Amino acid sequence: MKLLNYFRGEAFQRGVHPPPAKGATAHRAIRRLPFPPRVAVPLSQHIGKPSRAIVRPGEEVVRGQPIAAGDDWLSVPHHAPVTGVVEAIDLRPSARGPWQPAIVIRSHPGATQEDLWGEPRDMEPVDGPGILAAVREAGLVGLGGAAFPTHAKLSVPESARVHTLVVNGCECEPYLTCDHRTMVEEADHLVLGIRYAMRATGAVRAIVGIEDNKPDALAAVEAAIARARVPEGVVHAEAVPTKYPQGSEKMLIMALFGAEIPSGALPISMGMVVNNVGTLAAMSALLPRGRGLTERVVTVAGPGIARPGDYRVPIGTPLSFVLDHAGAPDAAGLDCRQVILGGPMMGQSVASLDVPVTKGASGVLVFRHADMAERDRRRTYPCIKCGECVESCPMGLNPSALGMLAAKREYDLMGSSYHLGECFECGCCTYACPSNIPLVQQFRVAKQILRERAVA
Amino acid sequence: MGTVEIRPAPHLHGERSVERIMRHVVWSLVPVCAFWVFQYGLSALASLAVVTASCLAAERWLVSTGTQSGRLGDFSAVITGLLLALTLPPGFPLWMGAVAGLVAISLGKGLFGGLGFNVFNPALVGRAFVQAAFPTAIATYTPSFLPGRFTGFVPSSLAWPLMAPSDGAGWLAGQKFDALSGATPLAQWKFEGVQAGAQELLLSLSGHMAVGPAPLLVLACGAYLALRRYLDWRIPVAVLGSAGAAAWMLHAFNPGHYPNPFFMLFSGGLVLGAVYMATDMATSPVTPRGMWLYGALIGLLTVVIRYYSGLPEGVMYAILIGNAATPLIERVTQPTPFGKGVLGRPRKGASYPLHPGYISREEAGAQTPRKRLFRNKPRRDERKPPRP
Repeated sequence: MKLLNYFRGEAFQRGVHPPPAKGATAHRAIRRLPFPPRVAVPLSQHIGKPSRAIVRPGEEVVRGQPIAAGDDWLSVPHHAPVTGVVEAIDLRPSARGPWQPAIVIRSHPGATQEDLWGEPRDMEPVDGPGILAAVREAGLVGLGGAAFPTHAKLSVPESARVHTLVVNGCECEPYLTCDHRTMVEEADHLVLGIRYAMRATGAVRAIVGIEDNKPDALAAVEAAIARARVPEGVVHAEAVPTKYPQGSEKMLIMALFGAEIPSGALPISMGMVVNNVGTLAAMSALLPRGRGLTERVVTVAGPGIARPGDYRVPIGTPLSFVLDHAGAPDAAGLDCRQVILGGPMMGQSVASLDVPVTKGASGVLVFRHADMAERDRRRTYPCIKCGECVESCPMGLNPSALGMLAAKREYDLMGSSYHLGECFECGCCTYACPSNIPLVQQFRVAKQILRERAVA
Repeated sequence: MGTVEIRPAPHLHGERSVERIMRHVVWSLVPVCAFWVFQYGLSALASLAVVTASCLAAERWLVSTGTQSGRLGDFSAVITGLLLALTLPPGFPLWMGAVAGLVAISLGKGLFGGLGFNVFNPALVGRAFVQAAFPTAIATYTPSFLPGRFTGFVPSSLAWPLMAPSDGAGWLAGQKFDALSGATPLAQWKFEGVQAGAQELLLSLSGHMAVGPAPLLVLACGAYLALRRYLDWRIPVAVLGSAGAAAWMLHAFNPGHYPNPFFMLFSGGLVLGAVYMATDMATSPVTPRGMWLYGALIGLLTVVIRYYSGLPEGVMYAILIGNAATPLIERVTQPTPFGKGVLGRPRKGASYPLHPGYISREEAGAQTPRKRLFRNKPRRDERKPPRP
């Protein structure tokens, strides 16, 4: 296949094709998870400064009420995901490992959990800055996984102009289908969100890139574009090749426009803003109702899940509650070896099932002992210089040479001569390595050390 | 509540492993070896077995002493042994074959640290050693398809260790066919000026030629490996392409003196070397551009050594020189990272124009840039970027 692709000229060179494993959840409608008895809303769910709690322990909150304010530009407010009583504001386990401050709310057993906060408003006359303010008020962050505050992403600096809104519906990570189901079920919301985002950024066209293994999502979005009141040919939906990491914004722009974003630059330097489909769909669901982001769609899947599917989960729900309801055998048989928050290629494996679902969590994957036995049996060999990693690196680096330098701790050389800074840790090299060398893991360490040296 | 493990991402891993790659290479060598045995009979079979066994013994010993990485089960020593046996003459004395195997693994691989660390292709190191140590034996080729090949050994095979092998002329005469000399087509061309024909070279089914493994079979097995991506197709293409081009140019320059490129490509060990030896992963570059350069260098050197040196065969030394040049080649052919190459020009055939001057895709298609001869040369309007 690779041979053919070489001649055909693919969307972007290299990358890998992990087994998609989306069949279990791709055709199931999004279901709602019950409200947990207790939620823990971390104050830092996004890139940027943690938010500041504006409620006190013992205070009653209703669903949708702001409970934390974002003071900084890169900070967003948070809203109560359940109606109940604030139990405490203290340290809770987080996906990244260290315990972090969170607002713990005990939900009212008798409450209807209706969204009572927020005033409906007409968004049609609102101009760009108004939309940005509303987005910020809604506490929106990128729902694709990076959790970058959306208002910051949509605001265009004085010096730049944006002509294109790229909407990322690739979802190249295996197992994850939350964006897929969102596109199928909420395509109208998505198109409305695209219009808001275009108004906020001043873009004159929007292109939804969808991997070609999701033809139903593509059809749904195209139908919604045709239904929507947008001028002909302003919003497009386009199939892009299925490949990991197609969902990286640089790769998506390469696939759609055939152009490379210069090293070190953002898409905005080419007049583009990239947003995730889930973010835009949530935007149009929240803004006209004046509400904040209190729940998100999470794919609960993996071989260890009895009832896989996409669930609408309140923010702050502990993973143990999610897994209980999705039927992880854990509850009965203790056969739960690894739980991953996010996708299997870039997601974090969590240390505790008390970790809450946050705004950036796109999936919860469970692997059993049996699923990982084969991987445990694999031996690690020295680099045999097969070049698979070079063929798979989407950034065109030489992970083989980088790995050998990392083993010798030549971190400065890695940064200066082998472009370590370009690595965005997609994990393709480690996935492809037949010698089972933990390449991207070494690069993470090396990048961290280089960052520390740069500060010192 | 069970305990959960923390592991760093990625949590998935491809199916390809070192054992799997090596196993596939061994499988692909099975037809080549089978035909080789069919051509030369018992002696070839014994040679394959002895050389491989001695490679495995050396590997086993070096791994158990902790001198080298890897292990027996990774099949890499099997590949070395089979390839080494295929490059030796079928009637090569078995004890010399065992020495070649020991040298191949211990000097060619163990000395450098084992799997992945070797600088030179171990099989060729072994062959280079016996070429220097036993020059007569390695130049004595047995004709293929002898009538008695399955009933008895070539006498030279069974020579006692450290004894000179017996002269096979009398035995050959006893085989009751108009004995050709035991010279390879390359040696015949070099020293006697006789060029073998295409049919004899490709399959060697017709005559009693002293040729190596059938080139067509090696190419087919290599194609299988390349399609399954167990070897990189660029290297054999570059080796054969550059050797063919160089031979063709010389042939065009002086047809009387230089043989035609077809003879060049399919005689001797060029195909086997291009497909199985030059593509040895540890000793070839990892960068795609480096692979082209490395292959071209080997092809060119092969032609130069064959035409201008005292040796009839040059593939082995060409590949060893290519191996030595690999670190340098890798250094100058590092891939260009994404976003650091020639920028600002979109790839042809993209779905959308970079700037939405026009909205419809049909209109956008009309604006696709024309094909250009020198793609990396800046256009006239791009040469001087406007200063703000």
